[in-house]
Amino acid sequence: MSVPARWMTGAVSTAVGEVPTVATALTPSDHLGAWRVRWGVGRMRFRVSPGLYAVGTPDDASPVLVTANYKLSFDALRRELGGAVAWILVLDTQGVNVWCAAGKGTFGTIEVVRRVLETRLADVVSHRTLVLPQLGAPGVAAYDVHAATGFRVVYGPVRAADVPAFLSAGMQATTEMRRVTFTLRERLVLTPVELAIAWRPKTLLALAVVVLLSGVGGWGFSADAMVVRGTFTVLAGVAAVLAGGLVTPALLPWIPGRAFSLKGALVGLLFSIAVIAVVGSAGIRPNMFGGASIVLGVTAATSYLAMNFTGATPFASPSGVTWEMRRALPFQVSAAALAVVAWVVSAFLGVTP
Amino acid sequence: MGRLGILRGDPVSASMRYIDGVVSLKLDESACVGCRLCTLVCPHAVFEMVDRKAVIRDRDACMECGACAMNCAAGAITVEAGVGCAAAIINGWLRGTEPDCDVGCCS
Repeated sequence: MSVPARWMTGAVSTAVGEVPTVATALTPSDHLGAWRVRWGVGRMRFRVSPGLYAVGTPDDASPVLVTANYKLSFDALRRELGGAVAWILVLDTQGVNVWCAAGKGTFGTIEVVRRVLETRLADVVSHRTLVLPQLGAPGVAAYDVHAATGFRVVYGPVRAADVPAFLSAGMQATTEMRRVTFTLRERLVLTPVELAIAWRPKTLLALAVVVLLSGVGGWGFSADAMVVRGTFTVLAGVAAVLAGGLVTPALLPWIPGRAFSLKGALVGLLFSIAVIAVVGSAGIRPNMFGGASIVLGVTAATSYLAMNFTGATPFASPSGVTWEMRRALPFQVSAAALAVVAWVVSAFLGVTP
Repeated sequence: MGRLGILRGDPVSASMRYIDGVVSLKLDESACVGCRLCTLVCPHAVFEMVDRKAVIRDRDACMECGACAMNCAAGAITVEAGVGCAAAIINGWLRGTEPDCDVGCCS
């Protein structure tokens, strides 16, 4: 911590030395950083130095709130603490959020114990209670932390917004505070990174190759055919990414089916028909094989992308994901392969796809 | 509740359900010491206390995060915990390892 971060406002003196105080209001620079990482830019550099921080002017009786060193997690906590007085203990989760880090074990028993000892927390506070976010529980054995440090672990609410109410209720969380939600807003905020993952140089390169190949057919190479068939492939690709990465997540509770691959296939089917209709309205109609290729390709790709969204949800079990993958992947792979074959065949039936 | 409930921020397990009958969660009720920690850490209210013992109330809402088993000092709960992410599971299959989300949303 040689250079103070912008969100540090000063320091408080403790038995173990100076502890930096943090602002509880986010600045435009915090919001810009959050927006960038949501789009997948510089996510692994969006970190806070692990250690102890102060909110307000805490004393030896103030509560200790534990969080991850992903700055988005840290900011989500401190922005809720306006007017509160507390210590924040930031674990080294290698810049990963509480929930994912708990799954990996970096938000874990060993790191909690290590950080409590390293910050000499027992000399800073006279009580022996740590408040951990409930979603950190998959990585932390409360009884082991107690045995190793003397600190009792109390699991706080799922959402940082409920922390003040939790604290003022004497560290009691209501039933609602303990349940995860997955609202439209919570789903939408996760979609940019899915879209950004699809928008990689490799993907663009592959797209360029496909567009070039679109000009090749029974006629040899034709620039006209490349434009017509290339438009179809680009539209199909964009449709699949939007259908699987944005529309399926957004409409998740309303799309029929339990399996994400099935939900995605339904949305993808509709989108593939929309692509054919849109281009058809411009007077370009694919032949039977071209049409079949678009329907199969977009449906398969959307189904696959939608299935990948399972990892971003707070309710898909790994057993369930494995179950649906074993059933869906053969269909997705066969449909994609058939789409390629149909696309090639369509190129030998005429100039339009 | 119901599908529109999700707009109001109802718990996810009330309005969005995943595949039924597949989770690996097991509870040995006779080993339970009644500490209640599983009912506190579970984000889907899978457990409830009946006569000072934990019982499974809604098994199919379980997402196998492992929080309950991790915090069960009596060792009464077992679950094959992991990440419910297709990309991670494919990574695991390709590398012959456990599911690993080195790419994508959890990296």
